[in-house]
Amino acid sequence: MRRAEIVTAFFLGVLSLYFMWKSGEGPGWDPDVARFDNIGLILDEGPGSGFWPFWLSLIMLLCSVWIGINWYLRKSPPSQSEEPFLDHHAKRTFLLVGGGLLGFLILIGIIGFYGAIFVFMIYFIGGLGRHRLVPTLIISTAIPVCSFFFFDIAMRIVLPKGYLEPLFLPLYDLFL
Amino acid sequence: MDILFALMDGIVVAMQPTNLGLAIAGVLVGLFVGAMPGLGSVNGVAILLPFTFVIQEFTGSATSPMIFLAAIYYGAMYGGAISSITLGIPGASTAVATTFDGRPMALAGRADRALVIAALASFVGGTISNILFTAFAPPLASVALKFGDPEIFALMLLAFATFIGLGGDDIPKTIFSICFGLVLASVGFDIVSGEPRLVFFDISGFSHGIRFLVLAIGVYGIGEMMWTMMSSQSHSAMSYVKITRQGLIAACREFASAWRGTAIGSFLGFFVGLLPAAGATPGSLMAYGVAKLTARDPKSFGKGNPDGISAPESANNAASTGAMLPMMTLGIPGSPTTAVLLAGMVIWGLQPGPLLFSSQPDFVWPLIGSFYISNVVAVLVNLAFIPVFVWMLRMPFTILAPVIFVLSLIGTFAAYQDMFDVWLMVLFGFGALLLRKLDYPLAPAVLAIVLGPIAEPKLRQSLLFSDGDFSIFFTRPIAGPITIVALILILLPIVKFALAHIRPAKR
Repeated sequence: MRRAEIVTAFFLGVLSLYFMWKSGEGPGWDPDVARFDNIGLILDEGPGSGFWPFWLSLIMLLCSVWIGINWYLRKSPPSQSEEPFLDHHAKRTFLLVGGGLLGFLILIGIIGFYGAIFVFMIYFIGGLGRHRLVPTLIISTAIPVCSFFFFDIAMRIVLPKGYLEPLFLPLYDLFL
Repeated sequence: MDILFALMDGIVVAMQPTNLGLAIAGVLVGLFVGAMPGLGSVNGVAILLPFTFVIQEFTGSATSPMIFLAAIYYGAMYGGAISSITLGIPGASTAVATTFDGRPMALAGRADRALVIAALASFVGGTISNILFTAFAPPLASVALKFGDPEIFALMLLAFATFIGLGGDDIPKTIFSICFGLVLASVGFDIVSGEPRLVFFDISGFSHGIRFLVLAIGVYGIGEMMWTMMSSQSHSAMSYVKITRQGLIAACREFASAWRGTAIGSFLGFFVGLLPAAGATPGSLMAYGVAKLTARDPKSFGKGNPDGISAPESANNAASTGAMLPMMTLGIPGSPTTAVLLAGMVIWGLQPGPLLFSSQPDFVWPLIGSFYISNVVAVLVNLAFIPVFVWMLRMPFTILAPVIFVLSLIGTFAAYQDMFDVWLMVLFGFGALLLRKLDYPLAPAVLAIVLGPIAEPKLRQSLLFSDGDFSIFFTRPIAGPITIVALILILLPIVKFALAHIRPAKR
């Protein structure tokens, strides 16, 4: 945990520097505006576009340094802890659930929301939850069906359907 | 006395079967829309606006469609708390603050109490704001107009300061969290100059900005759920709830004990609702902050304190009524939802403004009467459905968790119809999980991304007005005291830190 605290503080410090760098970018259409010209007060225009994010990012950077000092002085609970950042159970859960979610996102691009929901529910309820096949199938089917009727039909919010799009055309003809 | 008679006449019209039916239907629709992550009152009102033309044609008056839309608005304010408490996902931005204490209460097996407190607080907030609306509409509208840019920025600063001064969390991590949320809120086109800003790695998805729901659902939907699963060795981290009569009586008693939060939320929420471009979300977050600021035990906030539920819930209902006031008396909408309502009024041939009360009493008073009726209908429907909401928690965790994940993903997509936001939301969820492990408070970041788009323009316009002189925040009669209190709160931890180091040295 102690090592994770300082690594995270370092990463967040670098992120703050990146935010400061990006805040100073002038508009692409005006090459005469130099980097960091927009972080102060501009005559008759008030604060520039980078004013707000630049100074906030600087405060973020200072906070990262402050967190680093607290780590060195062992002031914060994580900097005093010798426990592992993720134990075996947490690592396993993170990989299985996080991996499942990433798979879900990738599947949306291929078989659309409703197909991906079905597969994800089967994976989670049947695979990780080890529930019996019948309730797993019922829930995994009911969720995308209810979602379709609520979002696509009632709310007219069309969710991506990927390669399964042709399967939905008769339903549109029927309900819309 | 004239007002009382006009109100009684209005309530009688609102109680007519058609109008009452529309109020009940509106509340039910609003309750459902508000509880669905990604959808809020503005979605419900906007989607059903065309339907109101049919209602107007059928009833022949503009009052009935307005009653229907106002009931949706009310119902959504109640509904937002349901998913915040039972699922840990804020149903709408107005219910973000409810998650802070509602969720820990649900995890501790007191979801029924949290839901009862939320419903009753919403009812009291709605009722108090209705009374204030009825009695003081014109003078309050003029007071709200005295709140200029510096005053509104000072209020925002106060909201952030309460987290720093009284949060009880690691100070540098809290400040980092606030600034991180504020920077994320500034991603995309600068609304003042029109310049693109912070388009990270030149990915075009960032050019439309990072919406608050993406961060809020990522933190509370994905991050929170994964945290629960990772930190519990057992399958279920939720405590089961059994609804009994004694439990409900105890919940009512607990609500009564949370009167401070309700009172703060009702009055502060109403007033923030009056402010142009503020609305229910800043109102509920500020009420939470002030309730924490003035509490005897501020450290119990975030761990299931009833005041932490009653304050934001009463505030968002009070603010939703408050936001109607500038819309009706001045023609200035106080929130996105009231902007849609204003559009509806214009379409129905009404002219919102100072003369509305005198020129259209047949429209105004039944509408105000319907606020009272909708409020009663909403609390009754909400209380009646609490067993159904709690039933969701009885589901095995291995079924509930994927349902929450699916709702989080669909909700994010439905709100903006952009897959980039869905990816970003999951990324924020993973990041939130890891940061939470290291004790970074995440609620301030969510607060900041909500208030950032209001705070930044107010600061910049104030500085433009004062030629870059920051004393504008100290010299104005309303902004000055608020700014000073905010600065005291920000400096409080530094003073505490210094005192803690000076005292041992003296010894």
